[in-house]
Amino acid sequence: MTAATVPHLAARTGPDAVALAGQVGRAVAGPAAPHVDRESRFPSEAIAALREARLMSVLVPVRYGGLGCSIVEVAEICDVLGQHCTNTAMVYAMHQIQVAVLTRHGGSSPFFERLMRDLVERQLLLASATSEVDVGGDVRRSVCAVEPCGDDVHVRKHAPVISYGEHADAILVTARRHPDAAASDQVLVVAPTDASRTTLTRTSGWDALGLRGTCSSGYVLETRVPASHILADGYDDISAQTMLPVSHVLWSSLWLGLATDAVNRARAFVRDAARRKPGTMPPGAVRLAEVVGVLQTMRAGVTDAANAFDAIFDDRDALSSMGFALRMNGLKVQSATLAVQIVSQALSICGIAGYKSDTKYSVERHLRDAYSAGIQINNDRVLGASASMLLVHREDA
Amino acid sequence: MRNERIRAIVGEHGRLAVAVSQLNDDASLYQAGLTSHASVNLMLAIEEAFGIEFPERMLRRRTFESIASIDAAVRELTQLDFAA
Repeated sequence: MTAATVPHLAARTGPDAVALAGQVGRAVAGPAAPHVDRESRFPSEAIAALREARLMSVLVPVRYGGLGCSIVEVAEICDVLGQHCTNTAMVYAMHQIQVAVLTRHGGSSPFFERLMRDLVERQLLLASATSEVDVGGDVRRSVCAVEPCGDDVHVRKHAPVISYGEHADAILVTARRHPDAAASDQVLVVAPTDASRTTLTRTSGWDALGLRGTCSSGYVLETRVPASHILADGYDDISAQTMLPVSHVLWSSLWLGLATDAVNRARAFVRDAARRKPGTMPPGAVRLAEVVGVLQTMRAGVTDAANAFDAIFDDRDALSSMGFALRMNGLKVQSATLAVQIVSQALSICGIAGYKSDTKYSVERHLRDAYSAGIQINNDRVLGASASMLLVHREDA
Repeated sequence: MRNERIRAIVGEHGRLAVAVSQLNDDASLYQAGLTSHASVNLMLAIEEAFGIEFPERMLRRRTFESIASIDAAVRELTQLDFAA
C-alpha cells in the first residue's frame, strides 16, 4: 500500500480519524518501523501517508478548514500510531503539540490565520526548538533573544536538540522577549525553514539507544522573520496552559500504544506456545496475566487524564492551576515508568524470541524506545517540579 | 503596610531580574523574571509571614502575577481569618 491509496480524511462525515491512523499504522508505519530504527532515519513514508490522509491538521479549528478534533481524539491517534511505530507516533505527537499551541496562542493576525489555513491545505509539519545550550535543560529560561533587525526580528539559538528539524516546514523557537528581558520572559517565534529565512547548522548527531527515527540532532538555528511571526501570548501561558499538558497527554498516549503492542506480542507468544502443546499451561501464561493487569492500569490512567484535560480545555485559569500541573506531571512520570515496566515484562515472557530483533515476538526495539520516555524529558526533573509545588499545594476538602 | 511587607518578601524570595522598588503594583512579576520554582518559595514565605494558607483555588499563576494580585489574595485570606 502506498501513501496514495490511504483514504483521505476530508470531513467529519468521512472516515474516522482514529481508524484512518490505524490504517496508516498497519499499512505504512509498522512495516517501515524496523528500517527507520536500524537506519536511524526519519519515518518519511509514514509521515507522507499521514499527510496524504490529511491527519496532520485534525486539531485545526473548523473555521480554518480543519476538523477541530478534541485532544482525546488526537491522544487516540497517538496510541494507535504508537502500536505500529514509536518514531512516527512521536513525530506526530510533537507536531500536534505545536498545532495546539498555534491554535490557542497564535492570535488572529493575518499571518497566523494564513498559517492555520496552510496547516490544512499544505499539511505542514511543525517542529520545536525549546531547549538551549547553557540553560541546564530548563526550557522555561532562554539565553537567546528576539533582536530587532530593520523591519524584521532576528533570533540565533544554539539548541542541543531540534527533533526532525531538517524535515519540518517550520520550527517554533523560544527566545527572550527582547535583548534586555529576563531569562524567563520568553516568547515563541515561528521560523519557516526555507533557506531565505532560516539556517540550521548541525552541531551534534543522533545515534541513540531508542527513538532513533526522531533525528533529534543539535543545531545552531538562525532566523530572520517579520515581527508578525511572534505568537500573541507569552511563553509562560503557552507552557502552562498548552505545551505541558498536551505534551504529557500525547506522549503518554503513544507510550501506551508502545506498551500495548509489546503486550500483544507477549500474548501471541504464549498463545502459540499453548497451541503447540494443548493441555499444558505455557510457562509465561501467569506472567502474561500479570502484565495485562498493569497495562489496564496504565490505560485507565492515560484515558482518565486525557478526559480531565479535555473537560477544562478552554478554561485557561483552571489550566494554570497548580493542581492541574501536578496531575499532568504525575501522568507523565507514571506512564514513562509503566511503559518500561510493561515492555520489560513482555520481554521476559517472550524470552530469547523477544530479545532478538528478527522474530515476530521481538520487543527489543520497544524496550529501547520505552527508555526514552523517562530520559529525554527526565522523570527526575518533572518530579522535582512536582516536589516543589507540593510544598504549598493542598487538596481542598 | 501589607503592601510593604509583600514587597519585602517578593524582593527576598522572588529572584527577580530587577529591584522590586522599580516595579509598580500591577507590573508582571513573571516578566520581571519570577520562575515557577521561585514562586513556590514566595508563596511559602507569604504564608509564614501572614499566618495564612493559600487554598487550592488560589494556587494558580494569576494569583502571583503582580504585587497587587498577591495583596488582594492576602487581604481576602486575612479577612476570612478575622471573620472566623
